[in-house]
Amino acid sequence: MTDERLKQVSTLRRIMIRPELGAISGAILVFVFFLMIAGDSGMFAPQGIQNWAVVSAQFAIIAVGACLLMIAGEFDLSVGSMIGFAGIVIAILSVQWGWPVWAAILITFAITISLGAINGFLVIKTGLPSFIVTLAFLYILRGLTIWLSILTTQKTVIGGVKKAAEGDWLAAVFGGKVFTGFFQWMADQGWIETFTRGTRAGQPVVEGVPMLIIWALGLIIFGQVLLTKTRFGNWIFAAGGDAQAARYVGVPVNRVKILMFMFTAFCATVFATAQVMEFGSAAADRGLLKEFEAIISVVIGGALLTGGYGSVVGAALGALIFGVVQQGLFFSGAESSLFRVFLGTILILAVILNTYIRRIITGER
Amino acid sequence: MTEPIIEMKNIEKHFGAVIALGGVSFDVCPGEVHCLLGDNGAGKSTFIKTMSGVHKPTSGTILFEGKEMNFESPRDAMAAGIATVYQDLAMIPLMSVTRNFWMGNEPIRKIGPLRFFDFELANRVTMEEMAKMGINLREPSQAVGTLSGGERQTVAIARAVHFGAKVLILDEPTSALGVRQTSNVLATIDKVRKQGIAVVFITHNVRHALAVGDRFTVLNRGKTLGTARRGEITPEELQDMMAGGQELAQLESSLGGTV
Ligand SMILES: Nc1ncnc2c1ncn2[C@@H]1O[C@H](COP(=O)(O)OP(=O)(O)OP(=O)(O)O)[C@@H](O)[C@H]1O
Ligand SMILES: [Mg+2]
Repeated sequence: MTDERLKQVSTLRRIMIRPELGAISGAILVFVFFLMIAGDSGMFAPQGIQNWAVVSAQFAIIAVGACLLMIAGEFDLSVGSMIGFAGIVIAILSVQWGWPVWAAILITFAITISLGAINGFLVIKTGLPSFIVTLAFLYILRGLTIWLSILTTQKTVIGGVKKAAEGDWLAAVFGGKVFTGFFQWMADQGWIETFTRGTRAGQPVVEGVPMLIIWALGLIIFGQVLLTKTRFGNWIFAAGGDAQAARYVGVPVNRVKILMFMFTAFCATVFATAQVMEFGSAAADRGLLKEFEAIISVVIGGALLTGGYGSVVGAALGALIFGVVQQGLFFSGAESSLFRVFLGTILILAVILNTYIRRIITGER
Repeated sequence: MTEPIIEMKNIEKHFGAVIALGGVSFDVCPGEVHCLLGDNGAGKSTFIKTMSGVHKPTSGTILFEGKEMNFESPRDAMAAGIATVYQDLAMIPLMSVTRNFWMGNEPIRKIGPLRFFDFELANRVTMEEMAKMGINLREPSQAVGTLSGGERQTVAIARAVHFGAKVLILDEPTSALGVRQTSNVLATIDKVRKQGIAVVFITHNVRHALAVGDRFTVLNRGKTLGTARRGEITPEELQDMMAGGQELAQLESSLGGTV
């Protein structure tokens, strides 16, 4: 059945149906925009770059988890509460109980990943939408976090983590900086500015690459390779595309979904740990609204809310757009409340574009 | 005729108070197309689901290659060589042809300790298998959603055959198709039979059944109305059996014999 109508695949169309298309053009637009309006505000000087790169990396870390989970056909609305919870647990274990920080971090990961598994298990066993199940966890975890924090310290902010974490190997994996020698060398060459006064005189204004960024890059690469290059990745698409059809051919849909809930919890805990190490404290209200910011990044990145389609690189670009705009408005001195207006607008545009692309892929059906 | 590869004896299936199957017997031989006909709700889909491991029969025995079998899951049945192409859930439209074709059986290429989906092999084999069935894909990365209904059925059939199906179950593969697409699928069924595979072909349409079937079994309200061999039964008789006789005969006369 040679059908001449099917012969030509236009390159344009092939590019059109890449899930990352919207995010790539969005990212370019956003950079051009801020280069124009905030190009000389320091936003693109080393410190400025570090500033928005860190914020983007934070978004990216939780977006990778949310992305794989959304492609597998589920949501996790408890990400923000999980971030607050993980931070407080690390602080209680290390500061209040005096555990070594590495042990506190490892136990916290074990707890949150188990909570992720419970989330997934409940969704699978009850057959309820993950929206409802994880919404319940949003409240349960936030409440528990505040209660635990007050119970142990009478406060909702627990400080002293920085001191406890000094010299701890695992704390450095989340809160440290790498390539410091290279940055010092660049400073010595006069390529990046140095402090001119104070105790840090002679040191570069940007000492190195924060581990947070390394984590973000690592997770993005891991997620992208897992999704597009492995058997498990195919199962993620299948589980979200049509769980029943996938089950019929032997894809372990339940296992895939539960693992993705666990992975989302893992990402939230990476975020939380890095944040606690950076601030030297944990607070019970950390991570508020992060679940939505993660989901928005993922949707800007071209994923379909209904599952079965999306891209980790797209989600990472969504996170980049997010970070650049948030910090860019700050650098350009714009009213920061405008950020929300921007978010809402870009979300609608992204969803419209995605719906359109989906129609193209499924052949207008 | 050779020995049946699969034999279902007195299969019953109850869903709570609903008796979907009330003792159905059926068999199919290698290289044979056995058509299962019946009206909506007759229990055809339920019956083949007991054959493919989706449902456990409430009672009755399944003999596969002469041995009694108890499939715990579709995976078990598939491992034994029973492949099913479902009425509604054959393919995932958003995924590429290759991804669909290999779903659940992805080929692996090892690089050191890492195991990757071998897309090069997967794409090549997908193109070859589809070409054997007479469909030339634009590209294996094309989404299944862009294929026509008949092409989708063909992908599903080609997939089943490629993975070594000995029994291929097709649940109404032609129900949503136009004339040309239907004849393509029927031609595919014929190709599959010639490879020595046993085919169970479910349909509402007597003409589609007669075009490729070797034997015909009619189900009605969870019971068999009997099995006939090709040449032993006329289209009219088959049609009457399916509709439970008179009503359709009456309808037919009022419509001028076009049903
Ligand atoms: N999981 C189930 N739970 C309860 N009842 C069911 C279930 N599956 C099927 N049934 C019932 O069993 C009967 C047979 O259904 P089945 O789907 O096998 O019919 P069918 O012959 O395939 O019909 P169609 O031609 O419309 O596909 C119907 O009355 C249906 O409502
Ligand atoms: Mg049916």
